[in-house]
Amino acid sequence: MKHIVIVGATSAIAEQCARLWLVQEPARLVLLARDAGRVARLATDLRVRHPQAAIETVAADFDDAQAIAAQVAAIVAHAPVDIVLIAHGWLPDQTGCQQDIACCRQALLINGVSPLLYAEAFAQHMERAGHGRLALIGSVAGDRGRKSNYIYGAAKGMVARYAEGLQHRFAASGVRVVLVKPGPTATPMTAHMPGQGSMASAAEVALRIVRGVERGQAVVYAPPRWRVIMWVIRHLPAVVFNRLDI
Amino acid sequence: MKGVYSWGRLALEPHRVIDLHDPAELAAQLEHNRPGIAYGLGRSYGDACLAPGDTLWRTPGLGRLIAFDAQTGVLHCEAGVTLREIQRLFMPRGWMLPVTPGTQWVTVGGAIANDVHGKNHHRFGSFGDHVRALRLLRTDGQQIECGPRQEPGWFAATLGGIGLTGLIVSASLQLRRIDSPWLTVQTLPYASLEEFFALSDASEMDWEHTVSWIDCFSRGGRGIFMRANPAPAGLAAPAPGREKRVPWTPPLSLVNRWSLPAFNLAYYALQRRHVGRERQVAHEPFSCPLDQVQEWNRLYGPHGFYQYQSVVPRRDAQAALAAMLDAIARSGEGSFLAVLKTFGERRSLGMLGFPQPGVTLALDFPNRGARTHRLFASLDAIVREAGGKLYLAKDARMPRALFEAGYPELNGFQSWRDHGMRSSMSRRLMGD
Ligand SMILES: Cc1cc2nc3c(=O)[nH]c(=O)nc-3n(C[C@H](O)[C@H](O)[C@H](O)COP(=O)(O)OP(=O)(O)OC[C@H]3O[C@@H](n4cnc5c(N)ncnc54)[C@H](O)[C@@H]3O)c2cc1C
Ligand SMILES: NC(=O)c1ccc[n+]([C@@H]2O[C@H](COP(=O)([O-])OP(=O)(O)OC[C@H]3O[C@@H](n4cnc5c(N)ncnc54)[C@H](OP(=O)(O)O)[C@@H]3O)[C@@H](O)[C@H]2O)c1
Repeated sequence: MKHIVIVGATSAIAEQCARLWLVQEPARLVLLARDAGRVARLATDLRVRHPQAAIETVAADFDDAQAIAAQVAAIVAHAPVDIVLIAHGWLPDQTGCQQDIACCRQALLINGVSPLLYAEAFAQHMERAGHGRLALIGSVAGDRGRKSNYIYGAAKGMVARYAEGLQHRFAASGVRVVLVKPGPTATPMTAHMPGQGSMASAAEVALRIVRGVERGQAVVYAPPRWRVIMWVIRHLPAVVFNRLDI
Repeated sequence: MKGVYSWGRLALEPHRVIDLHDPAELAAQLEHNRPGIAYGLGRSYGDACLAPGDTLWRTPGLGRLIAFDAQTGVLHCEAGVTLREIQRLFMPRGWMLPVTPGTQWVTVGGAIANDVHGKNHHRFGSFGDHVRALRLLRTDGQQIECGPRQEPGWFAATLGGIGLTGLIVSASLQLRRIDSPWLTVQTLPYASLEEFFALSDASEMDWEHTVSWIDCFSRGGRGIFMRANPAPAGLAAPAPGREKRVPWTPPLSLVNRWSLPAFNLAYYALQRRHVGRERQVAHEPFSCPLDQVQEWNRLYGPHGFYQYQSVVPRRDAQAALAAMLDAIARSGEGSFLAVLKTFGERRSLGMLGFPQPGVTLALDFPNRGARTHRLFASLDAIVREAGGKLYLAKDARMPRALFEAGYPELNGFQSWRDHGMRSSMSRRLMGD
């Protein structure tokens, strides 16, 4: 059985990934999340859908390096991991962050530092096994800083730069690192935003992630049109860009 | 505030939309945002799922399965799970929902709140006949477990209760065993209403599914009758069909006086090809042919459309149907999706449930304002005269008097209502 780990498993996008992986084959799935009740409810659902799968849950503290190292060690002690998806994230209120650096700190921690610590802990084991796929969810917001969400964007940019380094490190090995950059997606994270009706669905984004992981693609934009849109945004000269209200 | 449509796309009106996800938070989300109404997938055509200016609690986020007993076939799930998901997950395991409506893009909560029916009503009754239990959450925080035997009063009020007794949080559904995901289908043309009734009567004993399409433009009532039974085991699993989507709303209805006769002619000709031979058709395309085109309701253009679905008792049905077809022909309006079917003897267990013994006719009409309403007024008179009623899942306009005449249990129902729940429909038909 494939051994798949999802960190931040209660995320709407991650949940859809879990469903897709289990439709492919009955895997052994470890779900990590901060909230024991929520992750239990998710695990029950997946067990009813796929009685042959083996599903475990871990309720965890996401910003404690020592705890992260211990969780990861315990997971890989069972068996080497085939796929890890690191999905947790939090979209803070940008103006709130500007007024309160404690909010900034929390946003940087949960969107940047915490995913990196998980990734680094799994990377060690994958390197030893010479095998595995490690996917991190960044964001199109990490492609260029914008006034409407640059704190979140900075953390996501950090994830991107980190993934780049890891890809370099593992270039000659069997380990593949996949950086996912979703565009705006209709999930609880964006429920308060106008225009959720026209966003991509979590299922659609998940399909891109699962395919990208299968192929070991370095960067997955989901949906793919965001590759073009972000190329344009990144290449706008500052004189133009700075006039845009985005 | 967000603009929200129901399936008929008659008006885009603002609602305070709240997505429900976490069962632990529901009580607070209801209490702090009442009044309003639950919204599943908005497959009701009219205003049962709308409450302009108030809250819409959207339920698809309550999409988790809770338990399945592979011995008894009872599935316990949250109310936002779609019928499509249940079918797709369980058919390969040899189980399926006994009753599904003409679309699978329906939530379990929506299926209960309208006590929906399918093409096999004469055999399997309606959706509620297979609900073992449900959990209801009132906007004041009270929780009620009910079913046909436990708290039957709550159950009867909630089944078909168009969301007005509280939020359905989860339900236990009895699935049925199947040998095959395929049906064996026969297609038979009929040239008149007499022939339709003869075919229906002859088929109900031996066929699980019966349904017919009637051509409103043919004076006599010509149509196509389809009947189907489960196919024997042994066929390979059907490949899921490719889904298409109507990408935008045309500036005027593509279904109109000029296109309709051509559509009907073409449909008739297409179906005629199947006459005289038995076919194997998968459940999904047989039960829900329209699901293959997403958002087909856009074809009716910016003014939307109405569905008019009535049931009339069998005694005067033939005369009533003839009179309705005649009224439609005289009005110069027409309907493409005219579905004619007999119900079996089982009446809905719900106080406001729709299914009852008789004949049901469903017609779609583009919204052409006063003209369309004039036609409805004459159809209403025929339905009322025949002792029939209209289906709340489809209605956006029936007069209160017709509602009261068709739903004699209304008075009893009122005492079960949750006064934090109200919809356009409840305000229109019940005064609040
Ligand atoms: C193409 C098509 C074909 C159809 N064919 C049939 C058919 O053959 N037979 C038939 O019976 N119907 C049919 N219908 C109608 C459809 O089955 C019903 O309208 C159904 O109730 C829609 O479910 P929904 O989840 O979209 O609910 P909505 O339309 O969103 O809501 C329907 C009602 O249920 C209530 N509700 C929804 N969820 C909850 C909940 N969790 N708790 C309490 N109340 C709730 C709402 O308040 C509302 O009153 C068809 C509809 C379409 C579009
Ligand atoms: N939705 C979008 O538009 C979008 C766009 C680009 C990128 N992304 C990224 O996609 C990923 C998945 O997000 P989603 O859209 O699926 O959102 P979501 O459903 O809201 O999920 C967010 C996840 O992050 C977890 N989380 C939030 N704060 C946490 C904290 N302090 N500690 C631990 N876990 C925490 C949540 O756990 P709880 O369930 O316990 O709250 C949940 O599992 C995120 O990395 C997000 O940044 C999303």
